[in-house]
Amino acid sequence: MSRTHVSQGDSCDVLVIGGGNAALCAAMSAAEAGARVILLESSPKAFRGGNSRHTRNLRFLHRKPTPYLQGAYLEEEFWDDLVLVTGGKTTEALARLVIRGSEDVGAWMEAHGAKFQPPLRGTLHLARTNAHFLGGGKALVNAYYATAARLGVEIRYEAEAVDLEIENGRFRAALVREQGGERRIAAAACVCAAGGFQADLAWLKEIWGEAAERFVIRGSPYDTGRVLRTLLARGAKAVGDPRQCHAVAVDGRAPRYDGGIVTRLDCIPFGIVVNREGKRFYDEGENFWPKRYAIWGRLVAGQPGQEAFCLIDAKALSLFMPSVFPPLEGRTIGELARRFGLPVRAVEETVAAFNRAVRPGNFDPASLDDCRTESLEPPKSHWARPLDTPPFYGYPLRPGITFTYLGVGVDETAHVLGEDGRPFENLFAAGEIMSGNILGQGYMAGFGMTIGTVFGRIAGREAARHVRG
Amino acid sequence: MSGGEPLREAERVMTICNACRYCEGFCAVFPAMELRRTFTAADLRYLANLCHNCRGCWYACQYAPPHEFAVNVPRALAELRRASWRGFARPKGLAGLFTRNGRTVGAAGLIAAAVFLLWAAFSAADGLWVRQEGAGAFYRMIPYGAMVGVFSALALAALGALGAGLISFLRQTGTRTREFFALKNQRRGLLDALRLTYLEGGGHGCNYPDERFRHGRRRLHHLVFYGFLAALASTTVAAFYDHGLGLPAPYPWGSLPVLLGLGGGLAMTAGLAGLLYLKARMDREPADEGGRGMELGFLGLLLAVNVTGLLLLFLRATAAMGLLLALHLAAVAAFFALLPYSKFVHALYRWAALVKNAAEQSAAERDPAG
Repeated sequence: MSRTHVSQGDSCDVLVIGGGNAALCAAMSAAEAGARVILLESSPKAFRGGNSRHTRNLRFLHRKPTPYLQGAYLEEEFWDDLVLVTGGKTTEALARLVIRGSEDVGAWMEAHGAKFQPPLRGTLHLARTNAHFLGGGKALVNAYYATAARLGVEIRYEAEAVDLEIENGRFRAALVREQGGERRIAAAACVCAAGGFQADLAWLKEIWGEAAERFVIRGSPYDTGRVLRTLLARGAKAVGDPRQCHAVAVDGRAPRYDGGIVTRLDCIPFGIVVNREGKRFYDEGENFWPKRYAIWGRLVAGQPGQEAFCLIDAKALSLFMPSVFPPLEGRTIGELARRFGLPVRAVEETVAAFNRAVRPGNFDPASLDDCRTESLEPPKSHWARPLDTPPFYGYPLRPGITFTYLGVGVDETAHVLGEDGRPFENLFAAGEIMSGNILGQGYMAGFGMTIGTVFGRIAGREAARHVRG
Repeated sequence: MSGGEPLREAERVMTICNACRYCEGFCAVFPAMELRRTFTAADLRYLANLCHNCRGCWYACQYAPPHEFAVNVPRALAELRRASWRGFARPKGLAGLFTRNGRTVGAAGLIAAAVFLLWAAFSAADGLWVRQEGAGAFYRMIPYGAMVGVFSALALAALGALGAGLISFLRQTGTRTREFFALKNQRRGLLDALRLTYLEGGGHGCNYPDERFRHGRRRLHHLVFYGFLAALASTTVAAFYDHGLGLPAPYPWGSLPVLLGLGGGLAMTAGLAGLLYLKARMDREPADEGGRGMELGFLGLLLAVNVTGLLLLFLRATAAMGLLLALHLAAVAAFFALLPYSKFVHALYRWAALVKNAAEQSAAERDPAG
């Protein structure tokens, strides 16, 4: 192995840029293969882990049940699920590599400190496909950092890679901002696992204009896409739609960044949603919520002021997961509209028209029931019941961005591809920064973590192999 | 009623937790929380007493400070727990003993030591520093009737106050008497208490004294708890020997009271020393700083009971016996006098909360939609 020792730790065998799941899997794998590894996490220690902090489970192929997974989940079903959510926008070779590479990854994770729990209430629909982390993603990230440190990985917090030196298809060094200064860290190989660009407001505005000013970023404020932008500027091939992001409707009172899971609202199928003009704009009961929640971010983003309001009545209050902010309340629809500062007359008319259009049916949240509207535009196809039982409640909605799809192209050994399709010699990518190769659109619960884990391991192993020569 | 500020903070934190639920695999608190959408004062007092302070949720929390939500479940629940004990305490006039509890416990120990030393000095026929041997040796230091009288009175007062405390727990947590005394709920709740199921962190242990999962605290607690039971059994057997069989203490080394007392005392001493050591090293961020005195006072007093008891056993045939007997009895007296107003009550209310948890979880299992 060719060790390039320079003083003050300013060089290493494998430089890992990023501090989330994919970066940690790469760092641990490279260290286990004998490489001297430095990991750069741009956030302070308290917020380490990027969006992995906010995750909760991981989907992996398994042939037998485990103490925390029911039944079996095999390649063809996994593949079919992926094709369904992406509408076929995927790269089959890479996708199958992830699926196959995920087989029994739980055991590897446990060997590296991960702890799992059987799913309890609320997540039972994932009991067969997804393994849940005991305590969630931050607990996983904590365990991985402890393991990485034990394996000798040098971890630097608040260290942001601001530029990459790449010559003739070869990575030389990264320019790193830390402790108020900039320094050059040379490495024999580099793994870029620094996530998407969803926290870079200026970049979001380039795409969505001023509307982006009113978006909520659900995850880490440190996912600014700086490394992604640098790679693209240095000739890496772009993959994934640069204009698309995964966005859901979150509570309008959510913090600007990092609100995570608790700001999501699951009330929409049980009420109506109006914009600031008091008008409905989409079928709230089109399909089961898990199949529809991801379109509502875009829908709300399309409304004036990028805001909307979900209105329910007392019948519906206990039908969805409690949310972190209490609903606004009114004894009448008019009073509720006033609380929100909405045009009272318009909201009252919308509710009256909706109530008149509701046909009688047998209400059943567990099925696509026959409670629907007739001659109403837009219709509400299921779970439509008149808003007639006071008190009335409302939640403000805003678009909440989970992640972006733009990334860099990679091959099956996690090498970053150039614009000409040829791989960079010693530059690798894993995690959200390359998941656009596999998830061209849509999302599948726990699959981002699968991609990060499988590609993180490949990238770490390949980077170490490159160093050994 | 009790706990304005701790109640508000616990409600704020539980509302955030209930929208997240990532921690539901750690313990009983989160599944119990999930049975509710909003939290009354009664709910929160119950959840606070159900919390074993394993700290799994602290290290796992994506909303822990410096996040602006500043969620610190172990601290919020520990502060409310301490406030709730003041509210449960009976007679109400003595609830104030829970404030500055460490000093209260320490003062009680010192006063008891002074009283018993003086008492022994005046009542010992041949003086305090004299070797006494044979049956009834202890009573030549402190007269039999007085000893029985004082400790019976203290034990009865403690039992009465703890019983009344349990009744106020049931009332202030909205627990129905019938479900509390149902045999199957008692069985499940008691098992969880005896096993310390919820310090197991789903099999990995608890995050104490720091971020790593460890079983040490649960094992040390078992040493203290089962040591305590052995010591109680020793006292009970000794009382039977004395009053039933007419065999007054001290008893020979191989006798049942000595074996139980020695085993229990050693286990408790080791357990308490270990717990104190862990407490000195623990991460203070998720701790209820205001409860430090109460915890150290309780552990310290119980350790004093054990150390003086073991010394008495080993040195009972020397001239130091009188002094050690007085100190041991003083520690035991202080311990019993403050039993209902010290951290000891955590055992009572944890058990009660675990029984309530057993009741509501089995009801939820029968009727998942309910």
